[in-house]
Amino acid sequence: MILELKNITMQFGGVTAIDNLNFGVKSGEIYGLIGPNGAGKTTLFNIVTGNYIQTKGTVIFNHEELSGVKPNEIVLKGIARTFQNIRLFKSMSVLENVLIGFHHQANYTYIESIFRLPRHFSNEKKIKKEAMVILEKFGIADLADTNSSSLSYGNQRKVEIARALATNPRLLLLDEPAAGMNPSETEDLSNIIKKIKTEFGLTILLIEHDMKFVNNMCDKVLVLDYGEQIFEGKPSDAIVDEKVVAAYLGDFEHA
Amino acid sequence: MDISTFVQQMINGISLGSMYALIAIGYTLVYGVLRLINFAHGDIMMVGAFVAYLAQNAGVPFELAVILAIIAAMVTGILTDKIAYKPLRNAPKISLLITAIGISFFLENLFNVLFGGVPRAFSAPDYLTKIIHYDGIIVPVTVIIIPVVTLILLFIILWILNKTKYGMAIRSLAFDIPTVKLMGINADIIIMLVFAIGSALAAVGGIFYAVSYPSIDPLMGVIVGLKAFAAAVLGGIGSVAGAVIGGFILGFTEIVVVAFMPDLGGYKDAFAFIFLILVLLFKPTGIMGQDLDRSRF
Repeated sequence: MILELKNITMQFGGVTAIDNLNFGVKSGEIYGLIGPNGAGKTTLFNIVTGNYIQTKGTVIFNHEELSGVKPNEIVLKGIARTFQNIRLFKSMSVLENVLIGFHHQANYTYIESIFRLPRHFSNEKKIKKEAMVILEKFGIADLADTNSSSLSYGNQRKVEIARALATNPRLLLLDEPAAGMNPSETEDLSNIIKKIKTEFGLTILLIEHDMKFVNNMCDKVLVLDYGEQIFEGKPSDAIVDEKVVAAYLGDFEHA
Repeated sequence: MDISTFVQQMINGISLGSMYALIAIGYTLVYGVLRLINFAHGDIMMVGAFVAYLAQNAGVPFELAVILAIIAAMVTGILTDKIAYKPLRNAPKISLLITAIGISFFLENLFNVLFGGVPRAFSAPDYLTKIIHYDGIIVPVTVIIIPVVTLILLFIILWILNKTKYGMAIRSLAFDIPTVKLMGINADIIIMLVFAIGSALAAVGGIFYAVSYPSIDPLMGVIVGLKAFAAAVLGGIGSVAGAVIGGFILGFTEIVVVAFMPDLGGYKDAFAFIFLILVLLFKPTGIMGQDLDRSRF
């Protein structure tokens, strides 16, 4: 298990967003997190990345407990994420957006920059090259110098994932990666995600509503409803599970 | 008016403009990342000038005193952020603004209590105060040195902002602090760096001011700070290039008023602010400013 969540409960005031959740993600897996809106999926991402501190329970990543670790330190331990509503650094170029992810891999100091010592240049050159390699994998290398806010929606998504990859993660959290995409864009994205997963040796935890996408991508899914776990298993089994269907469509018998 | 007087006044304008530009950059950088008008910035300039004065009094040579002053200003800037602004990161912006005014009063009065409010003569080495006579133009060496040093510093700042990972982190902070943290970057350290850069430039500006008008007092940062702030707004707050342009416009306006309309010389500050009002009437975001949600470095 690369990521383990034990007895996670998250309360906001009187509202229980996540109720005693337990699950683990195996190394190399693509794990789907599904459920109706407001089920607590994004809250869970925020707990794993350290943006929220859970009311109860522990998160273990790579045999290490994450409680109390700051968001920027969690990233350095190897967890990166993307957002449901894209959060690129607008008016910075595509390449610059990805380069920010390389901040810690550029080994030079203020002094070396100000005095323009060789280490500044060699490191800048190195991370630029690596950033371009990532952009090429997404097929957007030709857009490197484009302003990120002028990209199409589909390409903005790709830049966001590329930026997350730049932090050199072992676990990648994708929050609705296919949202707002047309079927051909979605297919293109699934192929890219599968490709980068193998090439970078990633484990992926993703939130998605598009069941076709989930079915095609995920080895395992967890279904959440009102913060509770109602199903864990293969995606093909999830769509025929009574409780899952009831959560999405409403429970006809008790309606 | 003959040509040499004209040239002489233009040189003075460039020099005064550089001084405003140096201080304005600090306002604009902090505004860019925290959306805070750091009203204590003018007083950090005063701290810089004062430390240079005190160090010289203690027998430290001028060049070393300048370095000490820069370090002292950086420490003051970083401490104001750590002690006063950091606990308010998630508070409404107006709380931050009021805190900044409080810090400004605190620094002014602290130096008033410690050193008294009487203006003190600031001494500079001869090579800085020397007067050059050239073809009818009479200017002190400082007015030549100030723009040159400003240009060098500006070059370094733009290099840091545009070509280094630190600059990139500073620019990205202007958009979205939580996302910057998710890039594995310690946002607090980058904000500290912004205060350090701004304060260092303010210290240099303060020393230039002290050398040009050879006196300092604890309230020297008030009006200079206000004008540098006006320069930053005029140029488009959040933009370094804008701060520099605004600084020069303000510097020239003042010199032009004093030199060509001597009767109105007493109103030179008023003219600076009238100019600001006029620009903002027609371009509310300032000369280089764009809409608030974009980075403007």
